[in-house]
Amino acid sequence: MTRLSLGRVLRLSLLSLGALIFLAPYLFMISTAGKAQSEIFSSSLALIPEQWSYVENFTKALSRVSMPTLLWNGVVVCALIFIVQVVVAIPCAYAMAKLKFRAARLMMVLVMLGLLVPIHATALPLYVAFDRLSVLNSYMALVAPFSISVFAIFLFLQFFRALPDDLIHAARLDGMSETGIVARVVVPNAWPAITAFAIFSVVAHWNDLFWPLVVVTNQEYATPPLGLLYFRAAEAGDDYGALMAATLIITLPLVAAFLIAQKRFVEGITMTGLKG
Amino acid sequence: MASVTIDRPIALADWREGRVAWLLATPAIVLLFLFILLPTLAVIVLGFTDFELGYGGFRFVGFANYAELIGDRTFRRSLWNTAVYTAVVTPVSIALALAIALLIEAETRAKAFFRTVYFLPVASLLVAMATVWQFLFHPTIGPINTFLASFGIAGPNWLGASGTVLYGLAIIGIWQSVGFNMVLFLAGLTAIPRELYAAAEVDGARSWLDRFRLVTWPMLGPTTLFVTTISIINSVKVFETVKTLTEGGPNKASEVLLFTIYQEGFVYLRVGYASAMTVVFLAILVVLMFLQYRIVDRKVHYA
Amino acid sequence: MSVLSLRTITKSFAGNAILKGVSLEADEGEFIALVGPSGCGKSTLLRIVAGLDNADGGDIVIGGREVSSVAAADRNVAMVFQSYALYPHLTAGQNIAVPLAMRRLTAAQRFPFIGNLLPGQRQIRADIQRQVREMATSLRIDHLLDRKPGQMSGGQRQRVALARAMVRHPSVFLMDEPLSNLDANLRVHARGEIVELHRRASVPTLYVTHDQSEALSMADRVAVMIGGTLLQLAPPQEIYDDPAHIEVARFLGQPRINVLETRMDASGSVRFGALTLAAQNTPPSETPVLIGVRPEFVRLSPRTDGILKARVERTEFLGSEVIVHARLDAIGEAIVAKVAPVEAATLSEGLPVSVEIEPDRVMLFATTGERLRAQTIAVASMLEKAHG
Repeated sequence: MTRLSLGRVLRLSLLSLGALIFLAPYLFMISTAGKAQSEIFSSSLALIPEQWSYVENFTKALSRVSMPTLLWNGVVVCALIFIVQVVVAIPCAYAMAKLKFRAARLMMVLVMLGLLVPIHATALPLYVAFDRLSVLNSYMALVAPFSISVFAIFLFLQFFRALPDDLIHAARLDGMSETGIVARVVVPNAWPAITAFAIFSVVAHWNDLFWPLVVVTNQEYATPPLGLLYFRAAEAGDDYGALMAATLIITLPLVAAFLIAQKRFVEGITMTGLKG
Repeated sequence: MASVTIDRPIALADWREGRVAWLLATPAIVLLFLFILLPTLAVIVLGFTDFELGYGGFRFVGFANYAELIGDRTFRRSLWNTAVYTAVVTPVSIALALAIALLIEAETRAKAFFRTVYFLPVASLLVAMATVWQFLFHPTIGPINTFLASFGIAGPNWLGASGTVLYGLAIIGIWQSVGFNMVLFLAGLTAIPRELYAAAEVDGARSWLDRFRLVTWPMLGPTTLFVTTISIINSVKVFETVKTLTEGGPNKASEVLLFTIYQEGFVYLRVGYASAMTVVFLAILVVLMFLQYRIVDRKVHYA
Repeated sequence: MSVLSLRTITKSFAGNAILKGVSLEADEGEFIALVGPSGCGKSTLLRIVAGLDNADGGDIVIGGREVSSVAAADRNVAMVFQSYALYPHLTAGQNIAVPLAMRRLTAAQRFPFIGNLLPGQRQIRADIQRQVREMATSLRIDHLLDRKPGQMSGGQRQRVALARAMVRHPSVFLMDEPLSNLDANLRVHARGEIVELHRRASVPTLYVTHDQSEALSMADRVAVMIGGTLLQLAPPQEIYDDPAHIEVARFLGQPRINVLETRMDASGSVRFGALTLAAQNTPPSETPVLIGVRPEFVRLSPRTDGILKARVERTEFLGSEVIVHARLDAIGEAIVAKVAPVEAATLSEGLPVSVEIEPDRVMLFATTGERLRAQTIAVASMLEKAHG
């Protein structure tokens, strides 16, 4: 089946070269995380450490900043954001897509407007308000602005419009209430959209630095990106062994999740990407 | 709401359905007002004030903030840097993503492997990977310059020199965004009907380039436009790498829009002035979206 | 001399034989319909002729040239696709011009912007425009030339696809179910048009369809393919009246031919109802055989004294005719008759009837499916039998 024509050899070599370049940062991260300070400064391109210093570097990384706390905060914040977003967006999208809802057009305009406005634009007034309410440095401050995702409404709206009306009518004839329909008919049928949105949402908020940087000054509520920033500040930048060990720990969870469910990831990002 | 006259059962059913709809949509509407519309209006209003956090009162100063922006060298530098960064990252990232997508699409066996590899940076924590890139870019011990040195080339002080810092950041930006654009292109490529390629072959499109020009490129039009808009918007929003690696330096050579807004608003706490900057930022986004919307309707949808 | 000839074409995908040695010759100006159930390999054969797929074995000769290793672009064949495959970003006129531009302009002349500056291209382009306009006029689509496919109806698109295929005077025309995306009324109309165009262009045509009425009504010769084998290639009337294989007989004809199992005796004769048939080209032996008779040659009469007795089970009224399903008393098999509404009025459900079969229209097949030549040698009179 697979003939190794000249074209294919050329194609594979190009792809492999590119792949090597794209993977280089990961290779050096893993390699440097195991090198002693002196070896790093000898500036060799060798990937295998002469002396295995993984234990020391990881110990350092774990002792300076509480990694479990960071990862836990990341999980809590991402989970809360995702759950609230879905719980708020699905009923709204259902009402807009399938019910006689007079404000549906107006809502659509608001949603389109909302898609234009990133957190960076609303951060200043929100910060002032949160400061007045004394809720800075809390999960509440980290999660609240993202409780409404117009993108989620938009995505689910498109998905629900494609659901056959007869499905809803049948459920009504079976005597279900509208909330019952949402919970027992719409949600189970919306799983592909929900997983796609989950991946999109988690990737976005796990990686977000801007908003946590604005509202959190206390290490206790730091998310992974913010924690790494603290770690870098504490480390004064030159202990690359420990720094790489820390980046390794912080990068690993999402990368591992991606590698395990990479097909889902790519599908999810493609679906949310193209709908947006 | 006080007196709803219901004279027909149908009207009653409609009215009930409308009420349920309102009920289901209320949480979303409230939050939308609270966290998007109100703050957006507030930021526009604040842009006309001299509000500073920590001082009690504020007064309206009209367009004074905008007048100051025009003369503000940091802000102008910041706009210019953002434009340069976008002008480098967007075309390179799109061209690379398209090339990789075409190569992967033509491949039979190792498709999934290469897709995973190129997509990996999208799923990686950018702040962490930026730190790794900082090491790679290190002027003396960094692997990039060590590699260049083995060919006798003296590498630049990538992130430390004002001449190269933007390009260093751009390389990271490209590395991070190619995978995202690539999967969108892959989806676009799979959506092209196979029969069009068959028709092109029968019509005399002998070479790969002929078929690309006759079928692939025009059929990818909507995807390309979409990827371009997303890439531009994401480049304009560059912040993480700048904050982590350069703090706008050296000598403001990597000041970008969001970083400047962040500094003014959240470090110097000049909320009024930073709000005016934010309004400019929002205006840029609106113009970009408007352009995309216009071109979409005019040119790339063939229906 | 044949313009297109295929010799023992074989093809398999992942170990499954799709084409098992198909041979076919098309003469100058001949219209051949390739018909068969889905998955029989007819579309694969077409793609192989076009050069879009490679055969595993066999020869393809177009206009005296062996083209097995020639690229699709250089075979000078034109194809109309099921989905029409029009380039959605080009207008109808540009679509029709593509095959001409690809052949007559060099790669450099086709290059955007720069190409327009090269010498000589202007005249070629003008010439292409003229041909496109002529073609469009003859197909009555000249008013559509500036529209894009998205702004046209299905029927209009289909004509543009035809124009694109015909404009460069190919040596062979290939059509892959070109009418299957049209609605029923338009389809019947378009049949006539394609036949008319074919007559004018006089280019040999291979027309793939799964619709037997299309095949029978349009083609000079019909090729029935089943399971990767070409079972018969003959003019429509012949292939319908005189099928060479039971699968051919089963595939063509609506409702399907009645097939009943019976036995041949040691003398080589087969009895069925009132009929006695003598097999001619097979050695006489005691063996099971199949009797085939088309529904229009089965007569049912409301009498109880026939040799072949049956009971009416169901009738389907189709307007100009009525399909009557009956069950034979003796062997319990179903038999279908196509009768005129006047006759059918006397045939109510549950009614016992006598079955008569037109003697010259009975066909004999071996259990393997091959046709056995036979002659009707005796027809017992029903009344005689009944009273005797």
